[in-house]
Amino acid sequence: MSALPYLAAGWMLLVGVHGLVTSRNAVHAVGCLTVVQSGTYVLLLAVGYRRGGTAPYFTDIPAGTPVVDPVAQALTLTDVVVGAALTALLLALVLQTAKRHGTTDPDALTGLRG
Amino acid sequence: MTVSPAASLAASELLPLAVACPLTGAALLAVLGRRLPRSGTDALATAWAAGQLGLVWWLAAATGGAGRTVTWVGGWTPVEGRSVGIVLVADGLGLGLAVLVALLVLAALGYAWRYFEEPERARGHGGGFPALLLLFEAGTTGFALTGDLFNAFVFFELMGVAGYALTGYRVEEPRPLQGALAFAVTGSLAGYLALVGVGLLYARTGELAFAGIARELAGQPADALVTTAAALLCCAMLVKAAAVPFHFWLPDAHAEAPTPVCLLLSGVMVELGLYGLLRVYLTVFSGPGGVPHEVMRGTLIAVGTVTALTGALLCWQQRHLKRLLAFSTVGHMGLFLCGAGILDAEATAGTALYVAGHAGVKGALFCLAGVLLDRHASVDEHGLWGRARDMPLVGVLFAVGGCALAGLPPFGTGLGKSVVEHAAHEDPWLVALFVLVPAVTAGAVLRAAARVFGGAGTKPRERHSGAETTGAGEEPEVSGPRREVPRPMLVVPAVLLAGALAVGLVPALWRYVAAGSVVFQDPAGYGAAVTGVPGGGGTGTAPLPEVAWSLPGVLFGLLSTALAAGCAAGALWGPALRGRLARTARAGADALDRTVVLAVRRQHSGHVGDYVAWLLAGLAALTAVFALWG
Amino acid sequence: MSRAARVRLFWAAALLFAAGYVVACLELPPLGGPFHPYGERAVAAALGRRTANTVSSVNFDLRGFDTLGEEFVLFTAALGAVLLLRRTRDEHVSAPRPGRVLPTVRLAGTVLLPVVLVTGVYVVAHGQLTPGGGFQGGVVLATGLHLAYLAADYRVLRRVRPRAVLEVAEAVAAGAFALLGLIGLVRAGSFLENVLPLGTFGALASGGQVPVLNAAVGLEVASALVVVLAGFIDQALEIES
Repeated sequence: MSALPYLAAGWMLLVGVHGLVTSRNAVHAVGCLTVVQSGTYVLLLAVGYRRGGTAPYFTDIPAGTPVVDPVAQALTLTDVVVGAALTALLLALVLQTAKRHGTTDPDALTGLRG
Repeated sequence: MTVSPAASLAASELLPLAVACPLTGAALLAVLGRRLPRSGTDALATAWAAGQLGLVWWLAAATGGAGRTVTWVGGWTPVEGRSVGIVLVADGLGLGLAVLVALLVLAALGYAWRYFEEPERARGHGGGFPALLLLFEAGTTGFALTGDLFNAFVFFELMGVAGYALTGYRVEEPRPLQGALAFAVTGSLAGYLALVGVGLLYARTGELAFAGIARELAGQPADALVTTAAALLCCAMLVKAAAVPFHFWLPDAHAEAPTPVCLLLSGVMVELGLYGLLRVYLTVFSGPGGVPHEVMRGTLIAVGTVTALTGALLCWQQRHLKRLLAFSTVGHMGLFLCGAGILDAEATAGTALYVAGHAGVKGALFCLAGVLLDRHASVDEHGLWGRARDMPLVGVLFAVGGCALAGLPPFGTGLGKSVVEHAAHEDPWLVALFVLVPAVTAGAVLRAAARVFGGAGTKPRERHSGAETTGAGEEPEVSGPRREVPRPMLVVPAVLLAGALAVGLVPALWRYVAAGSVVFQDPAGYGAAVTGVPGGGGTGTAPLPEVAWSLPGVLFGLLSTALAAGCAAGALWGPALRGRLARTARAGADALDRTVVLAVRRQHSGHVGDYVAWLLAGLAALTAVFALWG
Repeated sequence: MSRAARVRLFWAAALLFAAGYVVACLELPPLGGPFHPYGERAVAAALGRRTANTVSSVNFDLRGFDTLGEEFVLFTAALGAVLLLRRTRDEHVSAPRPGRVLPTVRLAGTVLLPVVLVTGVYVVAHGQLTPGGGFQGGVVLATGLHLAYLAADYRVLRRVRPRAVLEVAEAVAAGAFALLGLIGLVRAGSFLENVLPLGTFGALASGGQVPVLNAAVGLEVASALVVVLAGFIDQALEIES
């Protein structure tokens, strides 16, 4: 079952997309998008994992100790920040949408058609 | 290479500034905009954008069409072909796009000079709008120049975030917010899908630079991992490129964004999605162990054909002028996908010129629609019937823009179209597509121009009332509808049209694009330039494609324009025609309308859930195609 | 599309994609294997730059250009959120009423506020040595300030976080990152190249530019978060239509 974390990442991706497709509330939809994004964290961290490796900080371990992949961790950190920034912007959009349309239900947002 | 070593050395040192310069300018504007008067902010932003244009122009000139400027940021040059840093690779087409972005940002800033009543300054948000434009510029430039897959994701997100904020900028109005929300949700989802693809490739190859990944992939046959990663990355880029069925966000966003922003979104952002797709495909997946050329070619041309036809059909149906222009962008994106999908240097060069010409023409048309919005608080073709007779100059520019959109020689659109047609001469139906789609979209523009500015034809019929956006009752973007139209709002579209004309008239540009396309289509040379390890690349040995006007190209351009005029005339005066033939034609059109057109229109529901479901369906289809034939 | 049709389309697409993804996962190298070429090169490069925290070294030195873009994604999102949440013509501001706070909450907040702020500064300052850095520390700082809201009320929060100052600080910190890159270009010939002394491995002053860029990012993240939250809190408490 060594592929389990990778599969979990894919599961989170699809669960999040399912939420986006069926969502009845835009705030909830933004939350679903965050679930998709969490899938990418799981994937990146699983890819960077190394059996027997410790955290990649050499403050109190000798050089040459096996560590998990610091690049994958750095990419995840960047991903987290990008995701947080996007979520903030999306929520600002949703808040104004709620104010101007009086609803956050995608089924009721019918201003743009055809 | 035609570049002297000294010049290219300086260019390689200064390359990161193409990204850092607009970033610094945005930070500066955010600070100074709080205190400066409106004109000061505008002047600072315009000066900064002009400086950026000068910088990328110089970089493009120093690199030359046939050159490549490679920079390892932070001085992390590779050791034995492997580095720990990020590489920027600028070639003719990448820098050409950077120049196009810089030109359009300058045009957008100029157009917005007296645009928007400004309630923000009093609350300390004075420099916000121009700062966002510069941030968008930095994101697009970084995306065009990077040679690293994760770095591309970061800049993909930067241009996305700036784009979403700009689209929803007019928060007083409901529809821009809805458009921005659809844009932001699909765009963010696309970014995360790309990141999953990056993660898969990193797991397999342990590399992030395009060239590094390609080198590791070449060692083994392509398997499901590579094809799935390719599908995820292609899907993300196709969402940006608004290919069917990933295109639904585009009309919602482009029709509702502030007009100066539409200029950037339609003129260059969608095209960058296609550029990213090609760049990633050619440098990562085109070698052994990737996705074969025939599969990619077939996929791109199939997707492009569907996109072009859908865009043309829905463009014709619109009465909301900005939405009409947005769907015309979808139609033209389909053509660009087909052109790029041919995957050779000549078609690439033609597509690049077509993109440049289209950016000028489409930008000008959006600017003119903005003038209507300003004067009449409406962009509804039916509601505005004959109401803009007092603006003949705007009407003439609009009609010229329509003809240029059809590919009238000597506009750049016509030249690009003609070069692609020459490259595609073995596929007659592809040539037919390149004649038909511009004709229909330009026909819609000419029809609207004749109705709005000339009051031509019969009063338009109301149809599809439940399934369309009319464009009536919009808020004007400029205060005081009684005042004169600000001069920049007329100068900028005229300049943009002149730019589109220049693309078709300047042979130096043609040579630059031709050389750049050869370099672009040479992955081996790219890998060698990046790693410093000479590969078997044929850099500079491939023959330059011939990029110039040809007799068939001119004739096809004239044919498209004539067809466009015919379409427009048919729509205007067809309903009044008498006789059996006319009646049969009208009955046929109505039947088609009831069966096909309405069904397609209904899919554009404005519902984010629908858009996401279609996106996933497209991703699944790509995964299957690449897995079965890749 | 009707809801049922949409869900059907989703399931068909999801099953097809899932099949491809599962096969792809089975082709991935087994979890926890030793194949991390980039990671190994990065560890060597980080130690060569005397940066004990290799993740920070990747973020602020090896792949500093990513972080430049990432910091500006945050800056853009904050600027965009502030613009989107601006008060419009048809809205007015009302003074928020003071809230009632339990004495225990007030005490806990007052005690914790300085502790959290010191912790935040510590996390930012030790980014080159221990897990943490500008991003993590910045978040700690920003959330710490909001203890003032929990422990007292909105008026106190407004005093401890001068919004206009932080908006400027945010832009200055973001711009500083780009300008620090320029120093590398001028002094060493390459954008974002380290020009600072590397210091002693394991000491606070080590890692060259890493601590400096960390500080810029810490300031950026802390102020951006405060500014964004201020936009949302204003909408909830002050702005009425």
